[in-house]
Amino acid sequence: MRYACLVYFDPKVVFNQSLESEAALREGAAYIEELRASGQLVSDGALQLPDQTMTIRVRDGKMSATDGPYLETKEILAGFLVIEARDLNEAVRIAAAIPLAKLGTVEVRPFVDFSKPRPIL
Amino acid sequence: MTDTRDALAAIYRNEARRVLATLIRLLGGFDAAEEALHDAFAAAAEQWPQQGVPAHPYSWLVSAGRFKTVDRWRRQARLASALPELALQGGASPEPAPPEAIEDDELRLIFSCCHPTLAPDARIALTLREVGRLTTEEIARAYLTSAPTIAQRIVRAKAKIRDERIPYEVPTRAELPERLESVLQVLYLIFNEGYAACQGPELTRDDLCAEAIRLGRLLVQLLDEPEALGLLALMLLHEARRSARVDAAGDLILLEHQDRSRWDPARIHEAQGLIERALCKRSVGPYLLQAAIVAVHVEAPGHAQTDWAQIVGLYDVLRKVDPSPVVALNRAVALGMRDGPAAGLSALDALLSQGALVDYHLAHAARADLRLRLGRLEAAQESYERALELTQQPAERRFLLKRLAELAQLP
Repeated sequence: MRYACLVYFDPKVVFNQSLESEAALREGAAYIEELRASGQLVSDGALQLPDQTMTIRVRDGKMSATDGPYLETKEILAGFLVIEARDLNEAVRIAAAIPLAKLGTVEVRPFVDFSKPRPIL
Repeated sequence: MTDTRDALAAIYRNEARRVLATLIRLLGGFDAAEEALHDAFAAAAEQWPQQGVPAHPYSWLVSAGRFKTVDRWRRQARLASALPELALQGGASPEPAPPEAIEDDELRLIFSCCHPTLAPDARIALTLREVGRLTTEEIARAYLTSAPTIAQRIVRAKAKIRDERIPYEVPTRAELPERLESVLQVLYLIFNEGYAACQGPELTRDDLCAEAIRLGRLLVQLLDEPEALGLLALMLLHEARRSARVDAAGDLILLEHQDRSRWDPARIHEAQGLIERALCKRSVGPYLLQAAIVAVHVEAPGHAQTDWAQIVGLYDVLRKVDPSPVVALNRAVALGMRDGPAAGLSALDALLSQGALVDYHLAHAARADLRLRLGRLEAAQESYERALELTQQPAERRFLLKRLAELAQLP
């Protein structure tokens, strides 16, 4: 199964140059390499801060673009890992070891299986 | 190349649980062991195509998993420049475990997953995933719930094992009966979840019966205990008759009307062998006695030829080890077959007057059957109606309505 681990954090906590945050950032890079070596990492990406963000919407055929993120929140989506895991519990174990989980939060979301019917809400 | 890949897949199926069980002991926790298990199989996928499959895959995988973990701990310690002791404790060359130790590790894993400190739901989920190697998603589908619910249950159970320092060990002889009871209960709950669901649309739930039987076989291989043998026999006997117990419309068929040629002789034969093996051990418990009772039913060429005297006798023994009202109810029904409906009814009425079964629909359905056999039609109708009031289960309601309709046809 393929899962996305979405890493959220408060930039003020991560980029404050404290020993703790510096260590988490350094260990984070090493952990990514470890997952790549073990074959569990499909892809990854770190995202720039929200002040570099554009939010796009198309309504009634008209596009509107605003600067800044969709929601103003303290915790921002900071990056993601796409991993291959046996099941949700294995994905949770891998996500829990992401060093930035100590400072922010990680959301684990399975990828959509398009062979299954679409949900009706 | 393809051969190695096939061999690796087969080894994963057969050995992953055993390798995990040993790694938990060597590394001191589920999470580290699961990571090591992944690393070990990743190393095998890389090295075996060139080097060939090793002579002892289990030992190779255990030592690869352990080596990778110790290596990781060293690197992490260097990186964090902390916990230097932890990294050193692993040691360099893991010696291959002797065969009896491997079996002990598998038992340790089973007893940990079914530890009485864990909630019953947690024991089931953990056993299916760690011992049965089902995925979280498969367990969720079988239990008609969401994967995060099951994942959470497993995460919490593992945290509890870690935080409460539940030792990873095979129970001592003195603790064994109580601890084994918890293991057997988990397996029987898994089995019943699949068995009770046979009229539903969820075919995947059949897998739960197969999985419970597979786990029961594993337990019997590891632990020659009469109750473990009894539970496996009981599950096999139920499974052997499963397809004969509902008709094409999903309605229940009573034992007396089942087509006995549809029962599975191989499973019945296996169960009989297990019961014989268990009876040699001169200690009987509730699972073995229930299996023995079902075996007497199954061995009769037809319902009328059943050895009711033996069944009543077995219920008498069962009542001593399990003095529950449901056992007494079944005994009263058997008595009604051995000594006639009047004897059965008076035993059942005495039981109902004690109060424990007054809201149990099957007690009223049994009472209705006995009253009917005595020709007391109005009293029978009253009991069927009472039973109908007490159950919501669709198949059982259809069955009772059918009986009431048949009753109305009688002169």
